[in-house]
Amino acid sequence: MTQTSDLAFDRIAGVRKTPLEEFYASGHRTCQGCESALVMRQFAKASGPRTVVTGSTGCMYVANTSYMTTPWVVPWMHTQLGAAGPSAIGMAAGLRALMRKGRIAQERINVISFCGDLGGGDMGLSGISGALQSPYDLLIILYDNESAANTDIQATGLTTYGAQTTFTPPGKVHRVMQRRWKKNVAGMLAVGHPTCRYVATACSAYPPLDFLNKVRKALAVGGPTFIHTFDPCPKGWDYHPSYSHELGELGIKCGIFPLYEIVDGRVSYTYDPKKKGRIPVREYLEKQGRFAHLIDEDVAYIQRRVDAMWEEWEIPGVAPLKGGLRPA
Amino acid sequence: MTLAEKTIAYEREELLTGCQAVAQAVRLADVDVIAAYPIRPYTEVMDNLSRIIADGQLDAEYIVADSEHSQFEIVKHASSVGARAFAGSSGTGWMYGFEALVVTATDRLPVLFLVGNRALDDPGAFGVEHNDALAIRDMGWLLCWATTAQEALEHVLIGYRVAEDPRVRMPMALALDGAFLTHSQHMVRVPAAETVRRFLPPFDLGDRRLHPDNPISIAPQVNEDWVMELRRQNWEAARRARRVIEQAYREFNELFGERYGTPFFDEYMTDDAEVVLVGLGTVAMPARTAVRRLREHGHRVGYVNLRWFRPFPGPEVRASLARFRAVGVIDRDFAHGSPDDGGVLLHEVRSCLYPLPERPQVLNFLTGLGGRDISIDDVTSMYEQTLAAGRGRALEPAVRWIGVREEAARGVPEERRP
Repeated sequence: MTQTSDLAFDRIAGVRKTPLEEFYASGHRTCQGCESALVMRQFAKASGPRTVVTGSTGCMYVANTSYMTTPWVVPWMHTQLGAAGPSAIGMAAGLRALMRKGRIAQERINVISFCGDLGGGDMGLSGISGALQSPYDLLIILYDNESAANTDIQATGLTTYGAQTTFTPPGKVHRVMQRRWKKNVAGMLAVGHPTCRYVATACSAYPPLDFLNKVRKALAVGGPTFIHTFDPCPKGWDYHPSYSHELGELGIKCGIFPLYEIVDGRVSYTYDPKKKGRIPVREYLEKQGRFAHLIDEDVAYIQRRVDAMWEEWEIPGVAPLKGGLRPA
Repeated sequence: MTLAEKTIAYEREELLTGCQAVAQAVRLADVDVIAAYPIRPYTEVMDNLSRIIADGQLDAEYIVADSEHSQFEIVKHASSVGARAFAGSSGTGWMYGFEALVVTATDRLPVLFLVGNRALDDPGAFGVEHNDALAIRDMGWLLCWATTAQEALEHVLIGYRVAEDPRVRMPMALALDGAFLTHSQHMVRVPAAETVRRFLPPFDLGDRRLHPDNPISIAPQVNEDWVMELRRQNWEAARRARRVIEQAYREFNELFGERYGTPFFDEYMTDDAEVVLVGLGTVAMPARTAVRRLREHGHRVGYVNLRWFRPFPGPEVRASLARFRAVGVIDRDFAHGSPDDGGVLLHEVRSCLYPLPERPQVLNFLTGLGGRDISIDDVTSMYEQTLAAGRGRALEPAVRWIGVREEAARGVPEERRP
């Protein structure tokens, strides 16, 4: 098995070495400060021109891709809300069959499928699971802005506890309507698919270049791969669009969104809170209008759960399990 | 000497079920991508295809999906990159993937699906009903029923040929009655691969295939600006499909012998008929037998076996049925609360007949639901009722249930009924 350190891939060594070519260009109409649009731009840049892309329904479909003004320089196709996984399988299988039968040229074509937290983390989970068991080279990117952002900001299984959304408004009797704890999608997929060689989390703004290189690495590892990105959303999270990058950075530094990659089962932390420390979650939460209704005890609850994730989980940030076999 | 005599049209003859015959056709069509998910009764086709692939008789990507929705999305996207793709389902499985079925049509991707017709749960029932396949009737699919394993095999080839034609580019659903055809054995002549290649050219999606050398965007958001024009294009394609179907049958007949008289439906002993029954699928078997027996007693009856449901052969059905005094429409489906509470096929046929200045009487028989056998006696009763209607007697009610246990259907005792 390839060790993380041995893995050969075309690393982008510095900001000034970033390719200038854009494969996700003008034409979209995403909001100011949209970090999910940055995810699109960066994965397309990292993957390059020999790529085919499907995008599940979500804000990165509805806001992104208007007829006659497509931002996609690489070939792109819409797929259904829950079809990120099977759409990638279909393209990869079709290309493989056509190459093997000599109907198209043999070459490496990157197959990338993206989905939002509603499409990928909730509805499409089974299909992504199927894709991660498949024998094909494909990358699924779950861009997580923690709501159904093109239908008016509705809660999903990946919305942070306590957040106000149009499905979870604070009321006179119930202050916290979003009582679900955020689903641990990357960890669940890594733990559940032992043959999947690459699972990572990322934030397009922090640290710089990290997401670009994780896309490069996922494509180089081969087989089915998965990246879960953390995307601040000015509209859904209720903050001024100029602070998107800062919020991403705060989210990582407070430890509420763990940043790591898992190559062949080996976890390495992109941001290691044990070495770099964690800022209080309050510093991240208080800058967003969606948490304005929370009181101290709510913030303390979130802090306790984040603390437990880093201090009590057997594999911090990845698998919420403790114990296991002990020496006799 | 015809072309069919000059070529080796068939390679062998063997006993095959409907599902096995379809699997042989998928092999002959050199399909590139197959996605499977189990549900009775269609699933036997995948059991067979997996063995065909394992034995190296077909070079295809074979994927066992995690659900019907994924199964249908896999073949849709395989088709989008230019691969010939095959899938199928039955009953509630078909409905589980329905969203994918709708977009496959609006994306104009010519995949081929086998529908092993099955009742829709609840309660659980494995037997045939046509509501599963009929659910796509308005969505831009080609939809056709086979009545024998031979027809099933041949309509995979004809289906791909029509679906992939650049004038059409619509997905194709081939429906086989669950159990009565999916699992009944017939002697089937298996076409020779070389002759199939002459009939069915390689799939070419042209400038609509997704590939880095052809960097297009497929299905962007259009809203009210463009949806109506796209619906119109789909409408035009379905209209054009009728002529493409006719052409496909002509060439099929040239290569494989005179297999089919008319593409859209078969007529049985209709020349001098006073009344006919019309139906879809395997009900043709008891119906033809009933026709022969009734004719022995001097009744002038015939049977019209409808093959293509979409596109519906409107002018052809109208011209054919205009000749008869009464038409009995057999529905192995339901359309609860529809006009006169009739079945789906009733409404299609009756709508075809409306422009005629003098219309035949039309009766509707709801029967064979959930896989209940439609006996020769049942069909004979339908003929007797239709004959009476043709002579102006017993016209009401227009919709009749055949083979239902009326007392059991009432459910609650008389005194507790609302």
